Amino acid sequence: MNHNSVAGNENNHTAAHVHRDDVGAKLGMWLFLFTEVLLFGGMFLAYAVYRYQYPDQFRIAAMELNTGIGTLNTVILLTSSLTVALSIAAIQKKNKFLSILMLSLTVVFALMFMVNKYFEWMAKIDHGIFPGSEELLGRPNGQILFFGLYYVMTGLHGLHVFIGVIVLLFMLYFLIKNDITPDNYTKLENAGLYWHLVDLIWIFLFPLFYLIQ
Amino acid sequence: MANGAVAIEEKNFYQQSTNKYSGILSWLLTTDHKRIGLMYLYTISFFFIVGVIIGILMRLELIAPGKTIMDAQTYNTLFTLHGVIMIFLFIVPGLPAIFGNFFLPIQIGARDVAFPRLNLLSYYVYVAGAILVFISLFLPGGPIDTGWTFYIPYSVRSSTNVSMAIFAAFVLGFSSILTGINFVTTVHRLRAPGMTFFKMPLFVWATYATAWIQIIATPVIGITILLVIIERAFGVGIFDPALGGDPILYQHLFWIYSHPAVYIMILPAMGVVSEIIPTFARRTIFGYKAIAMSSLAIAFVGYLVWAHHMFTSGMSDTARWIFSLLTFIVALPSGVKVFNWVATMYKGSIDPQTPFLWVMSFIVLFSIGGLTGLVLGSLATDVHLHDTYFVVAHFHYVMFGGTGTIFFAALHYWFPKMFGRMYFKKPANIAVLLFFIGFNMLYFTKFIMGYMGMPRRYYDYLPQFATLQEISTVGSWILALAIFIMLGNLIYSLRKGPKAGPNPWGGVTLEWHIPSPPPMENFKEIPTVTHEPYDFSQLKEMKNES
Ligand code: HEM
Ligand SMILES: [Cu+2]
Repeated sequence: MNHNSVAGNENNHTAAHVHRDDVGAKLGMWLFLFTEVLLFGGMFLAYAVYRYQYPDQFRIAAMELNTGIGTLNTVILLTSSLTVALSIAAIQKKNKFLSILMLSLTVVFALMFMVNKYFEWMAKIDHGIFPGSEELLGRPNGQILFFGLYYVMTGLHGLHVFIGVIVLLFMLYFLIKNDITPDNYTKLENAGLYWHLVDLIWIFLFPLFYLIQ
Repeated sequence: MANGAVAIEEKNFYQQSTNKYSGILSWLLTTDHKRIGLMYLYTISFFFIVGVIIGILMRLELIAPGKTIMDAQTYNTLFTLHGVIMIFLFIVPGLPAIFGNFFLPIQIGARDVAFPRLNLLSYYVYVAGAILVFISLFLPGGPIDTGWTFYIPYSVRSSTNVSMAIFAAFVLGFSSILTGINFVTTVHRLRAPGMTFFKMPLFVWATYATAWIQIIATPVIGITILLVIIERAFGVGIFDPALGGDPILYQHLFWIYSHPAVYIMILPAMGVVSEIIPTFARRTIFGYKAIAMSSLAIAFVGYLVWAHHMFTSGMSDTARWIFSLLTFIVALPSGVKVFNWVATMYKGSIDPQTPFLWVMSFIVLFSIGGLTGLVLGSLATDVHLHDTYFVVAHFHYVMFGGTGTIFFAALHYWFPKMFGRMYFKKPANIAVLLFFIGFNMLYFTKFIMGYMGMPRRYYDYLPQFATLQEISTVGSWILALAIFIMLGNLIYSLRKGPKAGPNPWGGVTLEWHIPSPPPMENFKEIPTVTHEPYDFSQLKEMKNES
């Protein structure tokens, strides 16, 4: 067992109380990610139910989404998953500078994703397509549901991107402050895992909304 | 007393702070699992009392037909708040957050949980959720009136403060998830040397299985609640039939959580029972592995039966009989436990102390609750009884008669360990008796009324129910008196109770090997476990230890 006491690296604890357990920390993170998957699972379930109920209208509505922006965002997010992995690899190889660089790039990609998303949503809203709008309420139920789900699912995903950015910024701060070091980088790894999950969920959202037409 | 030496030598966790603060901050910012467990104890007990008071008020309204003390809308908000408080603030977090926090690490020989700071965060997330419920009472629109199930479409249409109140439930769910993650990791990572899975006390097993349900089920209610909030705010249509949505989908999502949630409520209680019975029967538990495995079985099968709450909501016939069948299957592992407990007591030399009396009361009440559950799980009878007082009686027997009584049992069982003092036995035992009488008056009458056709969540009733309603209300007073005596005794004993030794009951799990109250780090040296958890031959060695 990896229950070794590392005395004195946290001063608000009495020495014997401090323990560091990297495996435990990662186990905890995996369990948390599992709950996130289940959270989105509920929505995927709703999507499946309604897609089954209104196959034609879902197809028609999906054609209105901008596949170009969707694809671009997919590429951006996939790349960001790579950079965060590189950042972890860099700190393992004791290259702090590269690690910081890669992590910053990840944040930049995340912001790019959100900017794209913003324009995409705004374009739709300008066309009067948003929940409760007259334009949308005039359409058949299947389309109302499609766009409803579109806003809710990409919106919740967007919220996760946003939270991810905050987490990554904290990691950046820890890296700079030497709180994340070549022999203590579990925090960064866990943040990376979270970021991969955000990416992974998008990988499912993308075909469901943009590609199946 | 022989333990005097131990007590002087080591400061206990009350005397020694885990952080750099002293006074109140040493509690509010503590990362010690015992202190956090106690903070939960005080907070949760507070909400329990609030919930009880609301329950009594409802019963008072129902003492006579027609309007008695409140109007119909107030009644609607009260049964909603009562349900929300009792479910989300009391019974779901209750045992794991209080006794799980306090005793799970000790019972596996650990110094703390795996993530002490996360543990503190869970507590504050819980408090935040409770505060949100409180705020929702006063915002414009008034307190929520949908019932704790928040059924669509009413919960979208109601002009009361639904969003805030259910967001509170979301936040409370978050706390529950974090606690679950913490416990699973703790059990996997921090068991003392020699503490294999099959040497873990059964309370640990039960809490462990519960933690998995918390992790797997809670996110589903989380998303369901978020969808309702979004639905109310933006009119998205996901559940709203007017926009093509499906209210039944809401019910599925709701019960996929809320059925497993009843196992979050009951499993830890079963774990406590499996601790108390061997201790007071002085016998190894019968069928240790069967009990441990049945916890996991309940956790697993419990996922497959949610739709028995929806027999009358318009599912297909096939779905209905399948869910009815599955419901019967989940009764099996619960039955296994009850038989094992009884077998343990058989030929044991029983010492009927207060915790044991609570357990006896539990076995009676829980069996009634469980058997009537089968009546509700049967498709044909449920169609007659759905949404009547029969259901209300059933779930109070299971939740209150089951988990509630075990909450009290646990409180009495571990009281000396947590506070280092004994309570007074006589009033404690009187409280058990009064509770049992009051409880059955209060709720058994509801079985009869339900069977006769009295619907639940009704503010008024026909004259033929008047006598039974009256008996029920009088029962609620006796019950309240019992709770009052019990709590009064415990609170008085905090200061005036006789000092307790390390092992007042002759228990053998690890918490009885350390002083009462435990020292800050629980164990001076992490113990090496060599015995089976309920091996009473250790008692002799333990006497020599102290
Ligand atoms: C002195 C104690 C209690 C009294 C007098 C009491 C009384 C009541 C009454 C009168 C109702 C309304 C029934 C209806 O019209 O449908 C009710 C509902 C309920 N009670 Fe209790 N109860 C008590 C304790 C508890 C406890 C300990 C729990 C949980 C552990 C609990 C959980 C519930 C729930 C979930 C509901 C359903 C609320 C709803 O319909 O939305 N109660 N109770
Ligand atoms: Cu159920």
